[in-house]
Amino acid sequence: MSRLDRTFADLHARDENAMGLFLTDGFPTPDATVPLLHALDRGEVDFIELGMPFSDPLAEGRPIQKASARALDHGVTMQDTFDRAEAFRTESDTPVLLMGYVNPVLKYGIDDFCRDAAAAGVDGLILPDLPPEESDMLTEAAAQHNLDLVFLIAPNSSDDRIRAVDERSTGFVYAVSVTGLTGSDLDGTPTVDQYLQRAQRLVQQNPLLVGFGIKTHEDAMRLSRHTDGFIVGSALINRIEELWDREQPPMEDRLSEISAFARRLKHGDPAPTA
Amino acid sequence: MPDPVTDAPFPSTSYSAPDDTGHFGTYGGAFVPEILTPVLEELRAAYKTYKDDPDFKEEFRHHLREYVGRPTPLSYCDRLTEHIGGARIYAKREDLCHTGAHKINNTIGQIMLATRMGKDRIIAETGAGQHGVATATVCAKFGVDCIIYMGAEDIERQRLNVERMRLMGAEVREVTTGSETLKEATSEAIRDWVSNPDDTFYIIGSVVGPHPYPMIVRDFHRVIGTETREQLKEVEGRETPDAIAACVGGGSNAMGIFHPFLDDEGVQLHGAEAAGQGLNGNHAATLAKGSPGVLHGAMSYLLQDREGQIELAHSLSAGLDYPGVGPEHAYLRDTGRVTYHPVTDEEALDGVKLLSETEGIIPALETAHAMSILPELARNLAEERGEDAVLVFNCSGRGDKDMDTIATHV
Ligand SMILES: Cc1ncc(COP(=O)(O)O)c(C=O)c1O
Repeated sequence: MSRLDRTFADLHARDENAMGLFLTDGFPTPDATVPLLHALDRGEVDFIELGMPFSDPLAEGRPIQKASARALDHGVTMQDTFDRAEAFRTESDTPVLLMGYVNPVLKYGIDDFCRDAAAAGVDGLILPDLPPEESDMLTEAAAQHNLDLVFLIAPNSSDDRIRAVDERSTGFVYAVSVTGLTGSDLDGTPTVDQYLQRAQRLVQQNPLLVGFGIKTHEDAMRLSRHTDGFIVGSALINRIEELWDREQPPMEDRLSEISAFARRLKHGDPAPTA
Repeated sequence: MPDPVTDAPFPSTSYSAPDDTGHFGTYGGAFVPEILTPVLEELRAAYKTYKDDPDFKEEFRHHLREYVGRPTPLSYCDRLTEHIGGARIYAKREDLCHTGAHKINNTIGQIMLATRMGKDRIIAETGAGQHGVATATVCAKFGVDCIIYMGAEDIERQRLNVERMRLMGAEVREVTTGSETLKEATSEAIRDWVSNPDDTFYIIGSVVGPHPYPMIVRDFHRVIGTETREQLKEVEGRETPDAIAACVGGGSNAMGIFHPFLDDEGVQLHGAEAAGQGLNGNHAATLAKGSPGVLHGAMSYLLQDREGQIELAHSLSAGLDYPGVGPEHAYLRDTGRVTYHPVTDEEALDGVKLLSETEGIIPALETAHAMSILPELARNLAEERGEDAVLVFNCSGRGDKDMDTIATHV
């Protein structure tokens, strides 16, 4: 049983939904990444998606595009990302998936990549520009190194397609909430609910997680009614940018605010204390 | 596991790439976010239906004849031939197409698909602005909304084309991220498409992008090669030349003229790619200096660093200033069927001068790259095959749009 499977099993036993958070490695600075991951841990994150920066991130809206460019300006390499994942792993048991685009993975070499990711304590991979049809080159190596391989579905995916994606995925199935980029505005219409209900019915082998455009606890609750949990990326990136570039409180306060931000996403605003 | 470099058997009898899944050997495919998968499936199905549909074919032929001005001439370049002293050189005059370049063959075909598929919003990327103009043109002609993504640097160096697009009612959206050139314009167009998959048709401007685009764009440009065959038969008494030369950015004009000759082993095929300031400096020589990888939805050669980050290309010619190349060219390079030559900015400018002075044809800077490899090819051909050897070069576009750049450099 993978670390991710255990996490979902535990949550299921407690009848709770999962919260996954996305953070670009090396953003806002390389030094901040590991402390930020621990801050997310303290904020009760259930699993982490660590973004591998790429020069041409096609599915991303502005926040993650900018975060990726900023990490690359700092000279972040794949080895750095593995090193930071490993540093986090020595002190935490929270599942970590690497999320990014396929070209840097190909350049690193698929076998080497899977081996080194696994050695760093990484639990799985999400590559949005590698659809199941093109993924044969990766499935064997990922399986050999016990890496879960998460594929995505979208509102315009057919029923057959959703079933096929479920078939190919391990870890979970990632339901993109909107026909749009990361950080898009959520669709406020019942269409989203219909889509997620359909996905819930069709995805039988894996947990179903919803992401893209979720900014608040209310968004998260609304969408994860039909799923096993939710994923937040751009909203976290935006909050980090505000703290680092504009508000600039002492480092300790930045990190505790990020923990609080994560907790608010999961539980909503704390009840006012008398 | 397939090795993108070596696993590319070339069918010697009859060329049939791509396969059903859009792969040219190990290149091509469709590496796209999930949202685009159903959209591409819809496009594949539509293309499959219409490509053999008599009405579609007749309408395509009609527009090419009555609107684009086809067939374009195959001009014998007597003074250029004499000046070089080698094989007999012909220019396939795509510069005489409506809008001034080959690009419109493809935009006519794609707008016909788009309207049949019920899409009423067109997006496109452009570098030199020729594809943007060709797209704006067909959108005006067919009465469809048109949005063109163009890098800020290209808007600057191809002003004339920006004005043309706007005059025809297109909205030109300036892209200010990254290199501010064709690569970023393409990324932004794809992001628009991901955000509007239902009503929007993306008219891609070259044999790049996810399957089925490289095949569709090539097929719409094949008319360049099929006309060349017929015209050669008339003037030379044989359908096949000894060699063909074309410039390669994404590679659409080259695929258009090469494709009908791929099975004719006696026909040498030569592509000219942009070597910018030289192969050791800033360049866009993807096939000479790149390595296999995935960009903008397809596996092909790319300019990339050790980490697999895409590098910025450089070429004086905006239409060749791109760090990738069509997957079919990657395949034809590896199989050895086509030979690719790097050509520097300076050599291209010499090519502009030579064709202007000897033939009274001012070529686009892109086209001038193909022009620059002619002297050596013509002399070698004459040596190998005699003075009757025939060399055709694809004169993909005219140089009006480049006059500012040319004037500052020549
Ligand atoms: C006249 C001309 N030739 C060639 C090209 C390069 O494109 P391709 O390699 O797809 O023919 C361009 C692109 O803008 C062009 O304008």
